[in-house]
Amino acid sequence: MSAVTQADQAAPGSVPAGGLIGHRGLADRSFQWLALAAGLLVLVILVLIAVSTTQQAAPWFSAEGWGIFGTVWDPAANKFGATPFIYGTAITGAIALIMSVPVSVAIALLLTEVVPFRRARPIVYVIDLLAVVPSVVWGLWGILVFAPWIQHIYAHIGSAVDGIPVLGSLFGPPTSGASFFTAGIILAFMITPIVTSLSREVIATVPTVDREGAYALGATRWEMIRGVVWPHSQGGVVGAVLLGLGRAIGETIAAALVIGSSPSITSHLFATGYNMPAVIANQFGEATGVFKAGLFGLGVLLFAFTIIVNVIARWAVERSARRMRGA
Amino acid sequence: MAAITGQQAADLREPAGWRRTKNRIATIAMWVAFVLVIVPLGFVLYTVIAKGASVISWSFLTSPIPPSVLPASVGGMGPAVLGTIEITALAAVLAVPLGVLGAIYLNEYGGKGWLAQFIGFMADVMTGVPSIIMGLFIFAIWVLHFGFSGLAGAFALGCLMLPIVIRSTQEMLRLVPASLREGSYALGASKSRVTLTVVLPAAIGGIVSGVLLAVARAAGETAPLLFTILTVTEANPNVFSGANTSLPSQIFVNASSPYPGAQARGWGSALTLIAIAFILMIAARLVTARFARYQR
Repeated sequence: MSAVTQADQAAPGSVPAGGLIGHRGLADRSFQWLALAAGLLVLVILVLIAVSTTQQAAPWFSAEGWGIFGTVWDPAANKFGATPFIYGTAITGAIALIMSVPVSVAIALLLTEVVPFRRARPIVYVIDLLAVVPSVVWGLWGILVFAPWIQHIYAHIGSAVDGIPVLGSLFGPPTSGASFFTAGIILAFMITPIVTSLSREVIATVPTVDREGAYALGATRWEMIRGVVWPHSQGGVVGAVLLGLGRAIGETIAAALVIGSSPSITSHLFATGYNMPAVIANQFGEATGVFKAGLFGLGVLLFAFTIIVNVIARWAVERSARRMRGA
Repeated sequence: MAAITGQQAADLREPAGWRRTKNRIATIAMWVAFVLVIVPLGFVLYTVIAKGASVISWSFLTSPIPPSVLPASVGGMGPAVLGTIEITALAAVLAVPLGVLGAIYLNEYGGKGWLAQFIGFMADVMTGVPSIIMGLFIFAIWVLHFGFSGLAGAFALGCLMLPIVIRSTQEMLRLVPASLREGSYALGASKSRVTLTVVLPAAIGGIVSGVLLAVARAAGETAPLLFTILTVTEANPNVFSGANTSLPSQIFVNASSPYPGAQARGWGSALTLIAIAFILMIAARLVTARFARYQR
């Protein structure tokens, strides 16, 4: 109650809690409570997600103990170790970031620093279109068109680097069209719009005066970007990248179709693998008992990872925006 | 771009050669990055349209789903179209009023108070929760007790839409000038009245456009529906009970099918789904252009 009235007074353009005419009708007060309840719903849902999924996963946690981080996932042998999926999630997320971040930041710079504001619009629409293509359509295209095509390229690279120490164990045979690397590429396409739009927002907050100052000193555009834009927006761009990572590790359907669906821990990036959301999507229907609890448990781990990544990311973005407003 | 470089060439403060070269390389790299993104996007859209257009017809959108082995000329995706419309509409009915109310709390009542700031922050975090987690969540609290239904799917999609609606609506409410509110208070109106009859109508264009974009996103989601509607092939006009189906779930099933007929139906469904998302996106732009009074 006290939180409500206290916050009430701080609202922009608001009147004192009592109203200007001295009393507030029942309708007025109940509307405020209704709005507060709707706002609290966000917190309620998040707590319920954590509680209900953990409850369902309890048999897995108690049956396996620390074995939940085991390296073997074999429902037939009653072994449910999550490491192959955590590994797959980390690998595909890393591939997606390595490919998407330079491109996204470059496009964000293109939109804010190179192209005039009015002509940036169509480019923004095109990037938004990427976000409109549903996950399952990326998956359909990935498995029926992209994977068969890139399989040949993998095979060529694989035979070329076979036997070379490090490259051979990363890109050598066995190769498969549906693999860690294919999933990483598809995820990179999918997270590019969000990383681009957030980086653009962050970069746009860099004060124009600073930019003009750099130009006045005779800097080229690239020197201005490196000397002014980058130091200012670094933190925010890191936040944008982390949000992209959050998307990449949680993205389910596209990955489920193109990752190859075999739990493996291998350095071969062109080999078939599995990640956390994909295994939940593919095996949930047939699972029972500890098996099902294990899939719920993977969900709990995934939820925890994404919450942590998102909290850090939002914090970084907000901090950078606040500092910019203060500057 | 050529015109700009031409201008710089005439400039007396022109930087030294290698610096200019570096600058040019950086600019070219940025354009290359853009091309790297449009080529695959163009390729995906081209494939979906080329493969989908040959399958799609009125009877495709209305006929029952045949067994996978049958060729593309038989049957269609009618039940999935029906299911997508039912479930997405119900999700919107559930999530939109709650989202708008939540945004009203955040912007009109909560303001800079810690609770509103915290809820706003958590709403941002919630947009990052993987959609499959929403499916698991609804399975645990609803499907286990009441069984698979379109309603359960709508709950899961609603959970995804809620934070998006809250944030986009709040953004729009923020743009409404304080003077409008103050003017209404001066006439003696109560806060709820001001909010409902002055602030909301002033922001309605932006709110509707944000809602349409949230619906477009939800309509394409597969993961939350996997464990909530069960994906059957029969049409189920009753959204409140019994297993249902949807376009994205059918695409997911058909994508892993070895039969050409099923794959072709998958492409047709993909085109239908993208068309739905496009229509919603264009509608959102039209609404913004026509009704939004205050723009960012």
